[in-house]
Amino acid sequence: MKSAVLVFPGSNREGDAKRALENVSGSRVSLVWHAETELPTGTDLVVLPGGFSYGDYLRCGAIAARASIMDAVRAHAARGGLVLGICNGFQILCESGLLPGVLVRNARLRFVCREALLKVERTDTPFTRKYAKGAVVRYPVAHGEGNYAADAETLKQLEGDGRVIFRYVTADGRRDDTQVLNGAANSIAGIASEKLNVLGLMPHPENHVDPLLGPTDGRGLFESIAGVLEKA
Amino acid sequence: MTSLEPKITPQLVADHGLKPDEYERILTLIGREPSFTELGIFSAMWNEHCSYKSSRLHLKGLPTKAPWVIQGPGENAGVIDIGDGQAAVFKMESHNHPSYIEPYQGAGTGVGGILRDVFTMGARPIAALNALRFGDPKHPRTRHLVAGVVAGIGGYGNSFGVPTVGGLVGFHTRYDGNCLVNAMAVGLADADKIFYAKATGVGLPVVYLGSKTGRDGIHGATMASAEFGEGAEEKRPTVQVGDPFAEKLLLEACLEIMEAGCVVAIQDMGAAGLTCSAVEMGAKGDLGIELDLDKLPCREAGMSAYEMMLSESQERMLMVIAPGKEAQAEAIFRKWGLDFAIVGRTTDTLRFVVKHKGEVKADLPIKELGDEAPLYDRPWVETPKQQNVDPASLEISATVPGALERLLGSPDFASKRWIWEQYDHLILNNTVQRPGGDAAVVRVEDGPKGLVMACDVTPRYCEADPFEGGKQAVAEVWRNITAVGGKPLALTDNLNFGNPERPEIMGQLVGCLRGIGAAALALDFPVVSGNVSLYNETNGRAILPTPTIGGVGVVADVAKTATLAFKDDGETILVIGATTGWLGQSAFLSEILDREDGAPPPVDLALERKHGDFVRTLIEEGLVTAVHDVSDGGLLVAVAEMAMASGIGATLVAPPAGMVPHAFWFGEDQARYIVTVAHAKALVLKRAETAGITVAKLGVTGSDRLNIPGERPIIVDALRERHEAWLPIYMGAGF
Repeated sequence: MKSAVLVFPGSNREGDAKRALENVSGSRVSLVWHAETELPTGTDLVVLPGGFSYGDYLRCGAIAARASIMDAVRAHAARGGLVLGICNGFQILCESGLLPGVLVRNARLRFVCREALLKVERTDTPFTRKYAKGAVVRYPVAHGEGNYAADAETLKQLEGDGRVIFRYVTADGRRDDTQVLNGAANSIAGIASEKLNVLGLMPHPENHVDPLLGPTDGRGLFESIAGVLEKA
Repeated sequence: MTSLEPKITPQLVADHGLKPDEYERILTLIGREPSFTELGIFSAMWNEHCSYKSSRLHLKGLPTKAPWVIQGPGENAGVIDIGDGQAAVFKMESHNHPSYIEPYQGAGTGVGGILRDVFTMGARPIAALNALRFGDPKHPRTRHLVAGVVAGIGGYGNSFGVPTVGGLVGFHTRYDGNCLVNAMAVGLADADKIFYAKATGVGLPVVYLGSKTGRDGIHGATMASAEFGEGAEEKRPTVQVGDPFAEKLLLEACLEIMEAGCVVAIQDMGAAGLTCSAVEMGAKGDLGIELDLDKLPCREAGMSAYEMMLSESQERMLMVIAPGKEAQAEAIFRKWGLDFAIVGRTTDTLRFVVKHKGEVKADLPIKELGDEAPLYDRPWVETPKQQNVDPASLEISATVPGALERLLGSPDFASKRWIWEQYDHLILNNTVQRPGGDAAVVRVEDGPKGLVMACDVTPRYCEADPFEGGKQAVAEVWRNITAVGGKPLALTDNLNFGNPERPEIMGQLVGCLRGIGAAALALDFPVVSGNVSLYNETNGRAILPTPTIGGVGVVADVAKTATLAFKDDGETILVIGATTGWLGQSAFLSEILDREDGAPPPVDLALERKHGDFVRTLIEEGLVTAVHDVSDGGLLVAVAEMAMASGIGATLVAPPAGMVPHAFWFGEDQARYIVTVAHAKALVLKRAETAGITVAKLGVTGSDRLNIPGERPIIVDALRERHEAWLPIYMGAGF
């Protein structure tokens, strides 16, 4: 399996993503500079990592979405290739039109770094197949602008198509839209594209893979991707 | 020299923060009246912040050497050998004055400045900590300062991409007019690839890198070297504006050109900007520097030489580039979208020459600018000793459980989760112990080695007895690092005091430094970097003396570190070190009886070392299941913290006959640790006996409450709720 982790000016979790991919999925990982126009030959998975690309100035993800490498990412996605956007990467995917909606300022206006409980809504996606159906997993969040917003029509469509993949839940596993740590619509933490090959999520599975550092619930996501690609 | 610049008058000299005798010194040194630009340069170099003129004499007494010290004080940051060819590079620095004036930018640029100090030396920052002091929560400005400072620290560190893993937050009315923001950064480098400010080689290009120069922060360092009067808020234009994105790019670009072998010398532009960085590079290398300001990248048109030399615009670096490497260095900087300009060259004249629009704006002897800065042996008086507090003489109406609940729900002891959740503490995937423990533990690359870091000081102790308080601050940090299993290696000190021109304040500084020196020496814990912040005073009211100590230690295997949470029911709780019930200057006295008096607990440094080394060995051998150092709040607060972290309660023993129960539970005797033991209980007790170490059984873990003989039980969950509630409620937050 070959992965490309994109690096924009201001990306800062590219190393965390690379390490998780190498350690959990045994992937060969190259870091790809934003000014490139093509992905390395044979890239199976593209990761847009967390960070503050271009300082999150203007609007988070807006400038990175126009980087030259993004045309190659769009082409990769159109071919059915896997794309994973984490945190700032999710914001970039929304800004680049690969996923619908937008991430706005947290409802409480503060950056929040804490562990979040997420319900895995679907396990028939390339990113979640190693999880048990209805599993509640623990990933950390670390963002100031993770409040997912979309118009009513888009939300309806996402829900109708089953494209909400991760949802914030309370300690007892319930969805409660009034208790979401960032105020996200429908408690949405992560969504996928129509063909389920593009996933964007705010929480950081790559920071929960090492038992020495805390929970290891994030491993399932990277194991899922590796499993899909081995079969392919 | 131009005639358009202001004429030098006594008033203009005073406005630059220079005393008449200091101005006389300038006249003698250069043999003529300085130009306006030169006056600005002197004011930048000779203010308290840059010259350490009040503290230098006394800083000399600090121990700064050990076999593992690669670089002590005097560079951008201290450097220690952590084995395997690796080095830890660290320093703590204050940004107090700017943070009070404009909390978000003031605190953010404080973080930016200290990160820059670390990567200037070739190290990649891997952890950040901070020590914050605010005024009385009831003071109308406190809430605004907390919100702004915390958001500013987070805003900068989170975007830059360094985990903020530890720190401390305290409140006291003596900080009403001067908050303290002490930021610490720790970086990792190869021990043989450290970069210094010292320039070598004549005729080499001096290169400017990073963001453009604007009009922000002019006279920032001078502002930070004066006390506040009315209207401190109006000093806002002297505060710099931070751009963490630019700093992140600067980090990556600097490390890349260092790796490429382009850098001869490097100095960041911090306090006093271009002036200080250029003079330091030249003076340290016994070289002159000539600058051509026409080449300086500026943010706005029409800036004068004076403004360019004194601007404290952030995210800028000055370097001397190796011969023939200009093009390669420039290509790397262009790749990162940063400015790169050759703004001068090194000379053999030992002069600091500044040219602008065909005119020589300054021509000064470079060594003397730094070396001949005034050095003061300011008069000082010893702080009078206070009487010991006899617990039996106290009228105490609070019950032991009642006092515990009040303490844990008080501003100083309440959980600071609301704050550290605004800091990304997980980025880089190496945070082994997250905020909330005795010390932060960060794995070094892929391990198993780790760095252990903590910062601490008890200002109440320092005020009552500067010498004992200074000792205690060092001992406490050493103990924090030890309590997770780390071997303390070296410290950085951030000395925050009032106006040194007052003998009683100077006495606090002198006393604390002596205490710090004594403890650093006794504990083999040398001082490798530091910062002095004086004039933390408003309308004649000074802050509590606050010499914040930041320590760094190493642990061979991060998997073997200890945490403070109880691990299981039925384990024996032991306290190591003697409990005499010392209540002088205790949190109990302050919080419950509303009095801050008495002598602080004395620190027996030999005992500290003995007990610490014993505990560390127990941790290394896996003989203890939980460890917590006992600090302010005493035994019961420590036990309660261990319970709250785990949800497991304990049944405790009765205080020894004849001791006032509150003194036993809340006394602050030093050199103590609480440990829990399971199967190894007999062995640990035997070891302690052999080593001659005082150890007492404090109780047994279990149930969901703390049971103290003769007192009502304390439900752990309820206690935690109270502990977590204060700060979010105070800040008006929901969840």
